[in-house]
Amino acid sequence: MIPTPDLSHLRAEDYEHVYEPAEDTFILLDALEQDAEELTSMRALVSLEIGSGSGCVSSFLSSIIGPSAVLYLCTDINPRACDCSTATGRQNKVPLELVNTSLADNLLARLHKSVDIVLFNPPYVPTVHHEASVAQVNRDIGGSWAGGHDGMQITDRFFPQVDSLLAPHGRFYLVAVAQNNIPHIQQRMQQDYGMGSKVVLQRRAGREHLSVIRFMRIR
Amino acid sequence: MVRLITHNLLACHVKGCTANNFPLEFKDVQVVLRESEFNPDFLRGFIPKIDWAALTGAARQLGDTSLPDQLPEMLDDDFLKTLHHVLLEIHVEEGIMICPNCKHNYHIANGIPNMLLAEHEIG
Repeated sequence: MIPTPDLSHLRAEDYEHVYEPAEDTFILLDALEQDAEELTSMRALVSLEIGSGSGCVSSFLSSIIGPSAVLYLCTDINPRACDCSTATGRQNKVPLELVNTSLADNLLARLHKSVDIVLFNPPYVPTVHHEASVAQVNRDIGGSWAGGHDGMQITDRFFPQVDSLLAPHGRFYLVAVAQNNIPHIQQRMQQDYGMGSKVVLQRRAGREHLSVIRFMRIR
Repeated sequence: MVRLITHNLLACHVKGCTANNFPLEFKDVQVVLRESEFNPDFLRGFIPKIDWAALTGAARQLGDTSLPDQLPEMLDDDFLKTLHHVLLEIHVEEGIMICPNCKHNYHIANGIPNMLLAEHEIG
């Protein structure tokens, strides 16, 4: 059992602006723990988490693979989330490299097919289109959940980026809910980008039916 | 944290700025050194991903001239320790990174680079 990262340095004020780890975070941790052996043996060099929020997930990944074995890049559009992720890295003795940007903008040019592990717990809650767009512009906590049509507005923008970034043997872990239409996501990723996938974990949490989908290139 | 390993991966993405948009140039920097665990296997694996000229140029801008102009063929422990220090232990806490092409200024505050663009700058 790998311990959940220490988040005791984060305060209620932080969680007014930054998403507090919840069931959707924990299912992603559990999916990574379930794959611990492969994640270690694949000899990853670069990991990239999109929307790292509190920094809990990348810190957890580092306790599986080791803090010095991998470059742990994280991005978040919310500057306060970048501060929280950095602080969580320090608290857990892992150097998380935060970049305040949208998705993986700025990293695409230099990390072409070079990222071994991609993690994304996206804003997946279905909302009206406008609400998701405004939430991204506001760069605050709303951007961590408001997902627009089908809850896929932000995730859909990331798919071409993950195709550009993912290494040949890389793994992409995505959190999704039933309303996102998971079979349709899997079908599109295979058709458009030649990525096979598997739902590696499923769980009901209150009203949400959560899944973690793992994508890998079909060779 | 802006360590040189991260700086080596960041390009400008202002609308239309697609050539000569890397590496970003440091200006008015404040630097802090923090020790980190030496991992020669990680460094050997990561070396092929490094743009060497960008790394040595950026290190010089930060006042560190310990790396050779050319990547040596023999990756001995002395060299790897020097590389480890330059890539992973120098943290730029405050400053600006300027695009060599469009001159866009990206600010670094509390060790975090703000790479966000205004709506009209997004491609």
